[in-house]
Order: sequence, then C-alpha cells, then structure tokens
Amino acid sequence: MNAREEILNRVRGALGDVVQPDSAVDVPIPWVYGRPTAMPDILERFVEMTVDYKAVVRRVPAAGVPAAVAEMLVAAGVGSAVLPVGLDEAWCAAIAAAGITVHRDEPPLSNKELNAIDAVVTASAVSIAETGTIVLDHADNQGRRALTLVPDTHLVVVRADQVVSDVPEAVGRLAAAVTGGSPLTWISGGSATSDIELIRVEGVHGPRTLLVVLAE
Amino acid sequence: MSSEAVRRTPAPPTGTYIGMPKFAKNAKVQLADQQLRKNLRKATGTIRAKRVDRVAEVPEWEELRLAGEAIKNRTLRHLDTYLVQLEESLVRNGAKVHWARDAAEANAIVVELVKAKGVDEVVKVKSMATQEIDLNEALEEAGIAAWETDLAELIVQLGHDRPSHILVPAIHRNRSEVREIFLREMKLYGTPAPTDLTDEPVVLAAAARTHLREKFLRAKVAISGANFAIAETGTLVVVESEGNGRMCLTLPDTLISVVGIEKTLPTVADLEVFMRLLPRSSTGERMNPYTSMWNGVTPGDGPQEVHVVLIDNGRTKVLADPDGRAALRCIRCSACLNICPVYERVGGHAYGSVYPGPIGAVLTPQLRGTTSDIDKSLPFASTLCGACFEVCPVRIPIPDMLVHMRHKVADEKRHHVGVEQTAIAVAGWALSSSKHFELVQRVAMLAGRVLPGRTHLGPLPWPAAPWTNARDLPMPPTESFRAWWKRTRGESA
Amino acid sequence: MHAEGLTVALFATCINDVMFPGTPKAVVTVLERLGCTVEFPLEQTCCGQMFTNTGYFDAAVPDVRNYVKAFAGYDYIVGPSGSCVGAVRHQHPMLAAHAKDEGLAAEVDKVVARTYDFTEMLVDVLGVTDVGAYFPHRVTYHPTCHSVRVAKVGDKPYQLLSKVKGIDLVPLPDADQCCGFGGTFSVKNPDVSVAMGGDKARHVASTGAEYLVTGDNACLMHIGGLLHRQNAGIKTLHLAELLAHTESGI
Repeated sequence: MNAREEILNRVRGALGDVVQPDSAVDVPIPWVYGRPTAMPDILERFVEMTVDYKAVVRRVPAAGVPAAVAEMLVAAGVGSAVLPVGLDEAWCAAIAAAGITVHRDEPPLSNKELNAIDAVVTASAVSIAETGTIVLDHADNQGRRALTLVPDTHLVVVRADQVVSDVPEAVGRLAAAVTGGSPLTWISGGSATSDIELIRVEGVHGPRTLLVVLAE
Repeated sequence: MSSEAVRRTPAPPTGTYIGMPKFAKNAKVQLADQQLRKNLRKATGTIRAKRVDRVAEVPEWEELRLAGEAIKNRTLRHLDTYLVQLEESLVRNGAKVHWARDAAEANAIVVELVKAKGVDEVVKVKSMATQEIDLNEALEEAGIAAWETDLAELIVQLGHDRPSHILVPAIHRNRSEVREIFLREMKLYGTPAPTDLTDEPVVLAAAARTHLREKFLRAKVAISGANFAIAETGTLVVVESEGNGRMCLTLPDTLISVVGIEKTLPTVADLEVFMRLLPRSSTGERMNPYTSMWNGVTPGDGPQEVHVVLIDNGRTKVLADPDGRAALRCIRCSACLNICPVYERVGGHAYGSVYPGPIGAVLTPQLRGTTSDIDKSLPFASTLCGACFEVCPVRIPIPDMLVHMRHKVADEKRHHVGVEQTAIAVAGWALSSSKHFELVQRVAMLAGRVLPGRTHLGPLPWPAAPWTNARDLPMPPTESFRAWWKRTRGESA
Repeated sequence: MHAEGLTVALFATCINDVMFPGTPKAVVTVLERLGCTVEFPLEQTCCGQMFTNTGYFDAAVPDVRNYVKAFAGYDYIVGPSGSCVGAVRHQHPMLAAHAKDEGLAAEVDKVVARTYDFTEMLVDVLGVTDVGAYFPHRVTYHPTCHSVRVAKVGDKPYQLLSKVKGIDLVPLPDADQCCGFGGTFSVKNPDVSVAMGGDKARHVASTGAEYLVTGDNACLMHIGGLLHRQNAGIKTLHLAELLAHTESGI
C-alpha cells in the first residue's frame, strides 16, 4: 500500500465513531460569516490602526494621488523605484517627474537587481480598518510578490472604497481572487519581530518603511 | 576528519528528546538557572498582558472561539474527505503532492526533492512540522545546509541550541546572550555580525537582516510549513512577522511545504475566524505583519516548482482517540505556554519535545506514545489550574485531556506494584467507605496526641520528604470533624 | 431569616474532616446563624479527585458511589472547597461514564446539580453577602484555581469579604496565578511546586497582610507550609472561618 492510501485508511479507521457522513450536519458551525464590525468611521479607524503599526499615512482626494505619491517618495529619500507594469500611468509620470529613477519589471528584474532598488509603488486590493491591514492580490497594478518584498520602502495606494471594517468582510471580498488562483499578501505595518525578549522591533526582512496613500 | 568538521550548519546539542529523563528531573535543572527564570518571567509577562488587551477589543471573542472549535472539529471528523479535496485542489493548482507516514519518510522525500535540484543549501521558514521530524539534521546528513531564517530560529541554530517555545523559540535567551551568539557564530556561516554590535533588539534584528539577505538572494530551494491548508482551493497560508517567510515563499525557484494533515481547513471563508483568533492569541497583535497565501504555482510569480508533503507522523493515532482528538485542533498559537505557571518557571527544554507547555504535555505523549520516561511524565507536568483552557483560541480542554492521559499512563502500569500504586491502593481502601475512613482517622489523630503542642512538622524523611523539604506540614488535630460531630451532635445524620 | 427551615447537607471534604475540622465547623456556625438546619451525612468520604487526577479512575469510582449515597436525599449540598465541589460537578459524570454504570450516571446528574460551594450557597441560594462577620485584620485573598475555573464561583468570595466589618482587604499581586499545589503535583513535581508556591508566598508577604485567606484548605496548606517554614509571620485562614467570626467571637 502506498503512503497516500495507508494514511487515508488510517484516518478512516480512526473515525469509526463518526456516523453522520455529511460534515455540515455532523458539526454545525455556530457562526455567521461575513458580518461587518460596527465602528463609527471606517477610514478613521484604518488610519489610526495603520499608523499604530508605524506606517506613514496620507489622506488625499483621488485627483491628488500622483502628486502625493511623488512627494512621499521624495520625502522618504527614495532615489529609485520599481513600478509594476499595470500601475496607473499618471502615478508613474509623477514619480519620474520628481527625479526618481524608474524601473519597470519588464522583462522581470533579477532578485539582485531588485535588491538595489530603493522603493516599490503599488495599488492594493482590500484593506482592513480594525487591524490596519492592506491586502495585495498581485494584480497587474501590484506586480508579482517579489517586487513588494525586496526593496526597503513600499508605497501603497489604498482607495477609500477598498477599505472594509474587519477581517470577515475582507475575506469575503478576497474569495474570488483566491479561487481564481491569485496569491495574497496581507501587510500590517512594516516587517517586525518580537523574538528578542518579546519586545516588538520594527524592520527585519521585509520593507522597513511602509508609506500609505489613502485616496478618497 | 570528524563529523563535526564536515558539518555545513551549527551542530545542535547531542542526545535525543526521547532519551531525556522525566519532567521533574529536567525541571529541577532548569529551575536552578536564575537567568532563565528571569528571562521567562519577563517574556511571558509581556506577552500575557498584550494578549489580554487585544482579546478585550473583540466583544465576540467567545463566539469566535466556539466557531474555531467547531470548524476544526468538522474538519477532523471528516478529515479523509477534506484531505482528498485538498490534494485535488493542490494538483489543480500545479503543486505536486507527497504523502509521508512518518518522519523518516517525510525527510527522505524532502532530501530527494532537494538533491534533484542539484543544490547543497535551502532556506527555511519557521515550521513546527519540520522541527518535529528533525528535517534539518536529515538534510545535514545528506550534505545539504538548511538555514533557519526566522530570527528566533536563527538564534537557536547559531546557538547550537534547541527551541524552547512554539512561537518564540529563543524565549529563553536575553539580548546579551543573543549578541554573544551572533558575534561568535555569524562569521562562521556567512555575513559576519558587525564588530560594534550592541545588545539593542533593533540592532540585533538588523544584523540578522544583513546576515540572511545574501542567503535569500541566492537560494534556489525553500522549505516551509503552513498554518492552514484550504481544501476548497488548495491555498496554503503562512502567518509570520519578519518577512523571512515572504522571502522564502517568493524568491527561490522551488518551494517544498511540509504540512501536518490536521492543518486542513474546509474553505477560504473559514480564514475569517482563524485570522482573527491566531494573531491576537499568539503575539497579542490585531494582525501579524505579514500573511502569505498561495495557490500552487502562479505563472511568472514566485516558485515555479511547488511541492506539498502531507505528513501523518502519529496524527492518525491521536485522531483515533475520541477523548484525545481535540489536541489536533491546536493552531500553535502558544497562548497556553505563555499563561502556564509551570512553563513560566521551567521553560520549554524540560518538556523534551518541540511542543512544550500545556499543549505539548498532552500532544507529545499522544504523538510519541507513553513508553519513555519523559513521555510518561508529561501528562503530570501540570497543576491542572485550568488557565490554558481559558486562553485556548480553539477551546482545547487541556486539563481534562491531561487527566485522560494520566489515566492512560496509570492504566499501563496497573500491574506494576510500586510506591504509587501501593499508596493509591491504601488511600483507595481508606476512602472507599466511611467505616474505613473513620478507622484511619482514629489512627491519624494519634499523631496529634503523640506530639502535643506542635502545630507543624518540619523536614521529614522519605516518603514525606518531597513535601517537607521546603514546606512545613500542619499537625493533624486531635479530633476530626466527624468525631466532633458525633460527640456534639450525636449519630443522627 | 431567609433560610429559616432550609436543610443543608454539609460535604466536609476528606482533607477538612481529618486535617482542618475548624473549617466545616465554621460552615455549620455560619449556616446555623443564618437559620439553616445543617446535617452531616456520615456515609461521605471524599470527592475522589486525588485518584482521578493521578489517573486512577477505578479507585475514584467508590468515592462517587459514596457521595451519591450520602447526599441523594438533599436539595442543598454544601462544601467549603471550590476544588472538591468542582471535582464533584466536573469529574463525577465522567467517572460514572468510565464505570459504565448508567444508574450511577443518572444519580450523579441529580446530586451534582444540587452541590454548591459554600460561597455560592450564601450568595446565590440564601441571597446573603453580609453574614454578620467581624474581622478587624489586614487580609489578602487568593482565588484558588479550581474555585475560579472549575467551580466558577466568580467574585462571590469578594462580595462576602467586602461586607465583613472591620476588615482591611488588600489585593494580592498576580492573584489569578496558581500557587503550585496541584494535588499530587506537589509531590510528583516538588521543585516546580515549591517554585510556584514561593512566588505566591512572596506576593502574599508583599501585601503586608496578617492573614492569607482562600476557599480551599489544600492550597492553603501548601502556601501556609512555605510561609511557616520561612517564619513569615502570616497566618492562613479558610474563608468560612473568617466569616464565622463575629463581634462577640466565633
């Protein structure tokens, strides 16, 4: 018997006491999925929680995004940035106009090339107010996963209508992307560790600086 | 040439977990380490306070725990169905699925996969499953260096040490010890630590970043575990903080994930429950910095060769015991370790397992059996105070399960006639009827009359020594309650 | 008073019966002061917890049978121990199932529902928090693990203590952490037990209390044994005994 068959047989043998074949009937789950969490102001909460995770957040009207993106990169001392192929052209133009060296990931940059670039600028898929989390589904305006990982600064643009109250609503919105095969990256602040004396330290392997533009 | 000389990675301590003495002996050694006790008190105190704050923010916390318990129960009670579904989904996503009955089989599969890529090193995301099967040593024996990339795992690996906590494996080390390890060892295995390294956690973290960056950039193969494996979609989920997970899951060409069969969840929607329970229970955060979810191979993004090794390694034995099955609900959050007063005093090494603390005390003897001294003693490594159940996000009734495991151990030694069995037999007889009990009481009351005027007894020889070495024992009174009641109230009941 | 005519069966617990008779005597005093009739069924022995928690279920089953036999006729069964009461409620049904005795299981269910910790009897059944106690001393209270997490007495002990005249009740640091007694844990793992108890004793001493009070004499014997060895000068007292004190003595 191969390992697969043997393990499945062991599992079936172990579950002799389970007589109801329908798992949903056998164990009901006392939970209503997808409910929002009540809060006075979702955007306020999102900003508060994201800042709590040491991200720099700027709220701007939608039309002000290109200028805000360029200004925040310059303020952070960024000299070069990689831009995903599907990024809004107006943002790209503003970044280039600010004197930042622009790299496109076409053809794909090597890991070493990425490591030499200061920053990455992306859009995002869904954000979670209660936890200060930004989720990427790596669509064309967010790029492949390595882009938002290797450069030390990540500037991400969040649209107000992409912000939901809490995790259940977010998982609901993201289900289609997952089913469609997209990878997801959930980002809550910059990289951090609590491995030494359980004291939280910001900045390990992921981008140490997270800049957020909230477009309203 | 000695075997030490040809090693690629720092050698762990010699000896095996299974060969360790019983818990009480290990605990005595650990208790004598004042620095360890100080480190643990500080660390567990910090994390406990954070967890309390974060849980208090969620009014429906108890509902979430019930949901987490039910989802895991549903999965475990129909695990065959969900495993077959998971496999189908993984294959559909372009992943290759392997099954391993035990640690040796899992290690052999991984070693072969790595060898087939023609590389002699891999980067690793922190994973309890690979710790459990001792994968690093299997790779080392095959001439493959496995680099741990989680900061705490790096501290443990470079320190020639063993992990002592599920979530924070180097919880037993303080900052100055970490600094010494980095200064001494980093240069032997790659980018050295800066010579002006201080013991500030932020500086130590930066040294780890620099040390590991070259390894991430050149790695061709990565090895991970998974926090969750979604049967519906074949999605694997890794919950982490530092970004070392993202590095491993994204940059190399080949990814091998070793996943315990109990990590399965039915649907993507179930993540809304677990992604709220886990971060708040483990690190005491609203959300961990990074979570990666991937579906096999994504063309043009990340590893283009993806393997998933599903391991049993004792899990089906746990599943077969309806009273022990709940231990498989564990999501490895560590809340039970952090709250446990026994763990806080002795640390993880005394438990002789990669799974220490209350969950380890029930899970380890279930996974490994109760034949060794350490495994037999683990169910007794608890006062049954119940704090672990209160904090468990999936409501594992750890105290009840410890009692259940104690019964198994006692039952296995039923025909053995030792001090304990004799004492239990005598006490059992004494308390089995009120007549026996009264007889014993009359004898006990003599002690009070033999030593009049004494209120307490000081140090006594064995068998009283374990109690009286540090604690005085009150003298029995000269009259039991029962005798008083009969004397003053008559025989009427 | 509220309790006039109420008949209460006292579950003394084996350790109190033999080692700490003052505690069940105090329960009798307080309940009679409140107008209850107290009976002590002589068939009772022990809750069996020591056997159950050491893994010897078969040795505990006779204790379950004794308990049922002793208390079957009573509507109110009261024990001055969160741990023993908790064991009756939480473990006796499991032990009856272990014995594969459905008759016993049915009897257990009935008796378990009528078993109360002393503080529950006072606060929930009799509806009393002021039992007329007087205790002009500095006191700290340790909420024992089983009283809180198994019997689930909640803040009832504090409600009772807060109404004691003359008391100076001071909070105990890290009160919710176990003292390290743990039944046979105290001898199977004596070093850890003593380390935990040492920390508890240190916290008790830091309060400057004259008395350490709990609702479980077993924990008190452990912490008190450490305090006595250290000549800490802190006395230990069961909550029932404290509540038995009045301005005219006990």
